[in-house]
Amino acid sequence: MNANKLEAHRLSCIRDERVLFSELSFTLNSGQVLLIEGANGAGKTSLLRILTGFRKPDTGDLFWNDDALDDAQEFYRDTAYIGHHNGLKDTLTAEENLRYAQALASTALTIDDALEHVGLDGYQQTLVRFMSAGQRRRLALARLLCTRKALWILDEPFTSLDRASIKLFEKFIENHVSQGGLTIMTSHHNTAIPHTLLQKIHL
Amino acid sequence: MKQSSLFQALGAVIKRDLLLAYRQRAELINPLAFFVMVITLFPLALGAEIALLKRIAPAIIWVAALLASLMSIDNLFRADYDDGSLELMVMTPHPLSVLVLAKVTAHWLVSSVPLLFIAPLMGLMLHMDSDVIGVLLLTLLLGMPVLSLIGGIAVALTLGLRKGGALLAILVLPLYVPILIFAGGAVDAAMSGLPISGHTSMMCAILFLAITLTPLPTAAALKMSLS
Repeated sequence: MNANKLEAHRLSCIRDERVLFSELSFTLNSGQVLLIEGANGAGKTSLLRILTGFRKPDTGDLFWNDDALDDAQEFYRDTAYIGHHNGLKDTLTAEENLRYAQALASTALTIDDALEHVGLDGYQQTLVRFMSAGQRRRLALARLLCTRKALWILDEPFTSLDRASIKLFEKFIENHVSQGGLTIMTSHHNTAIPHTLLQKIHL
Repeated sequence: MKQSSLFQALGAVIKRDLLLAYRQRAELINPLAFFVMVITLFPLALGAEIALLKRIAPAIIWVAALLASLMSIDNLFRADYDDGSLELMVMTPHPLSVLVLAKVTAHWLVSSVPLLFIAPLMGLMLHMDSDVIGVLLLTLLLGMPVLSLIGGIAVALTLGLRKGGALLAILVLPLYVPILIFAGGAVDAAMSGLPISGHTSMMCAILFLAITLTPLPTAAALKMSLS
């Protein structure tokens, strides 16, 4: 994977006349994880939505490999996002959901391999409707594995996952960044990702 | 390993939406049943006045089709918005306006094409002449996609609202008027044995205008709804 860089320059976010954060600058390079911490309502999700380009920062600029994020098409080629919603269709099977995701992006692992990695082997033909909350979350995270994206933006990725799965996903994130990927995530859990890879922002 | 092409993405969106529609067949029946029921009620209410019925039949069918289309349009982006798939669709390297066009196409295939098959039967039931039925079908074929395309803008604009239904109708119905007028004009002309090409040319023009222009505001409104 090429070396990539996400740069935030003096971002601020104002919501309902409350300043959530201001003068926030950081640089995230290939091989790094950015962990965003903060109490409920501190603006973690707002920051992530600014970083995905869904929301414009009230002041400040974002640069992906030195290009301003205004032209998001290039940025989206490299970016995967998992928000509060899983982005899965209840009436499609696990395989159909992943195949759709692949058709919109580029393929990394095959669907079968990705499902096996997240412990959903054998669920290919199961409708998402019949899966538990944790299984859905795992399927959403499987999307990261079967598409090739440099930057992962994850909003509370470990919600409703059991301890073993959380460990597993922290390994995936470590693997991803060790291959030159970047990860931005919010999490309430104490993460086991090595500190050498980690940058933290406390909102 | 390489990035999927735009056509792959288009195909995937259409295929997924058709599959979703097939898995939720029951929801497809609603606008169709509405269409048939509204039209069936008119002869009952009018009584045995075949001449009058024949005269107003095209208008009945068009208004019923328009309302049936309005009924189903709200679903165009709502489910995607609620389950987060819309975020995925926005976050692709492909232009959102083109993917929007794919979604509208799928919606048209699922909600309007069945009406095209039933409309001739309804026309026969209302004593329409067969050549007028042909013209009616042509106007539906040209006009229904425009309804879906224009409806898409309004749906995208009202996504953020919990109860956007009434607002949607208010936004959309005035924009539906031109297409209704030209369709009515074409069928009227056909009934009086006059050439219809003027009206149908206008409808073609509106259709192409809608195909090229409406995806842009729809895409912009979708992005706005996510912020």
